Amino acid sequence: MPDLSSIIDRDPRFHALQRARSRFAWRMAAVVLTCYYIFILIIAWRPALFAIALTPGTVVTVGIAYGLGMIALSILLTGLYVWRANHEFDPLNQELLDEATKNSLR
Amino acid sequence: MKKSSARMAAVLAALMPGLAFAQAAVSPPTNVNAIMMFLVFVAMSLGITYWAAGRTKSTKDFLAAGGSISGFKNGLAITGDWASSAALMGIAALIYTTGFDGLIYSVVPFGAWPLMMLLIAERLRNLGKFTIADIVTLRLARAPVRSLIASASLAFVVGYIIVQMVGAGTLISNLFGIKYETAQLVIGVLIVLYVAFGGMLATTYVQLIKAVLLLAGATLVCGLVLQRFHWSLEGLYSAAVTNYPGGSKVMQPGGMLPDPVSAISCGVMLLLGGASMPHVLMRFFTVPDAREARKSVFYAASFIGYFYLLTFIIGYGAVAFVMKDPQFLDATGAIIGGANMAAIHLAMAMGGDLLLGFISAVAFATIVAVVAGLTIAGASAISHDLYANVFRHGQATDTEVVKVSRIAALLLGVLGVVLGMAFKGQNIAYMIVLPFTVSSTVFFPILILSMYWRNLTTTGVVTGGWLGLATAVILLVLGPTIWQEILGNPAPIFPYKYPALFSVTISFVTMIVVSLLDHSPRAQTERAAFNDQFVRSQTGLGAESAAQH
Repeated sequence: MPDLSSIIDRDPRFHALQRARSRFAWRMAAVVLTCYYIFILIIAWRPALFAIALTPGTVVTVGIAYGLGMIALSILLTGLYVWRANHEFDPLNQELLDEATKNSLR
Repeated sequence: MKKSSARMAAVLAALMPGLAFAQAAVSPPTNVNAIMMFLVFVAMSLGITYWAAGRTKSTKDFLAAGGSISGFKNGLAITGDWASSAALMGIAALIYTTGFDGLIYSVVPFGAWPLMMLLIAERLRNLGKFTIADIVTLRLARAPVRSLIASASLAFVVGYIIVQMVGAGTLISNLFGIKYETAQLVIGVLIVLYVAFGGMLATTYVQLIKAVLLLAGATLVCGLVLQRFHWSLEGLYSAAVTNYPGGSKVMQPGGMLPDPVSAISCGVMLLLGGASMPHVLMRFFTVPDAREARKSVFYAASFIGYFYLLTFIIGYGAVAFVMKDPQFLDATGAIIGGANMAAIHLAMAMGGDLLLGFISAVAFATIVAVVAGLTIAGASAISHDLYANVFRHGQATDTEVVKVSRIAALLLGVLGVVLGMAFKGQNIAYMIVLPFTVSSTVFFPILILSMYWRNLTTTGVVTGGWLGLATAVILLVLGPTIWQEILGNPAPIFPYKYPALFSVTISFVTMIVVSLLDHSPRAQTERAAFNDQFVRSQTGLGAESAAQH
């Protein structure tokens, strides 16, 4: 394989794509970590917050609701990334690969 | 012969319920329903193994199912790997005994999923071939890095297998009315058959079937629980509050994470460790490309998330229906068979003997399948990492690697049985600390730094990895669980149950500092190779594709 890797590496569009994808991924990872750490730290430091009833009169606590919410959020964020990667990043990526292959054959 | 005895057992099964009930108070009866249903699973899985064995020739077939699994199937198989008996019975047991705190084990590990997708899965798929060590050795030195990762993988696999085998022993002797030792042998023989003959293809399908059974069984139990409360979660939780000795405490955090350090450390362990488990990550090599890998993550995350949601219902359902039912309690009022039986008793309370039998069979199948998944991960560490790349310096032939994989599977099966017999009676969810700590301490830093950080060098990885691993093991031994509870010393030397925060920090910091100080010619070459690796990891250039058959 003629050095496709360095052809792509010199392409500014590759770096734009890679930066956009990384920024998106790291931001979402930060959201996930923050939400989970809030959960963990409340349990450790302020468990009373999670013992509060969600609405007056129910036995369901804020903690249970937060826990359920975390599971839903994780599925959602995973889905969001997969959707964007398959619909937006992948076609751009394929374009880069195809063009680099063409250029290397010239 | 086999057929007629099976028919007889089926007839017996029809007559059994009353009999089984009468015996329950004395000793666990032989549960014919459960055994029959488990035998159906065994027959199916062995059929699949036979089919898969004919298609398993090359190393790529053996360790990566030829790269031929679709995203959906792989998602189910990963669900099978993830949803172990610890998840089914351990979490229910924890909720049964500690209430809300048990949910920590449902909620927090799941955070590993988005992290795995966002930071690891895609790049791993683009760079690797069979094991997580592959991605590192594109630019780092083969032998030292592979030795480290393979050793850590084996520590991970063996620790995890112990958890499963211990769970199996308690459960199966309670449920099936067969001996602890018999149960261990059955599991040992089955996994060796699946893995040694059917390789990754058989293991994948066994996991897939088991995942479907597990999801179906758990859904059924939850449906029956909620139906009793006219589909009201509020009703279920109210009943749990009424039954629980501490009343509304069942809905509130208790003392599982007693201090902030333990809490942060437990979070580091579950989130980072969960995102980098070798037996899960190696499944990304069984799909044709990064796109299918992504899909499989999403399917897996959806199924696993759904399963964790069900644990909210199963755990509290057990509090509501098992805790005050004399049928499930011994003379002192304690739950028969220990808290790990909570989910199983709940099945009995909801659906009688038939559901009990089904859930028991699913639980047994779960253990067998998870141990099989771990065994193939262990076998890949031995054959691909250690044998082919360290001892034979990449010169081993395909046939040799497959042969070593099969032998490794046999050895791991024997080891699993031996260890299963050696350990007994621990709460299975707690014992998961070892593998998760190893995973977060060794695999996560190596994966992240090698994929994202140009300056990482072999010396950095090796120093940091071994130091982190040693720290993890030493702190675990000196901590409350082993030093105090198991070895019987009056006080632990290291005060925290979860050493991950410390071992992960040591691992990361050492890798970074040593790499920065590394000015050797090899380090220069390794840094220079980063651009190429980076492009490949991002674009999938030169990535492994599906095997041609």
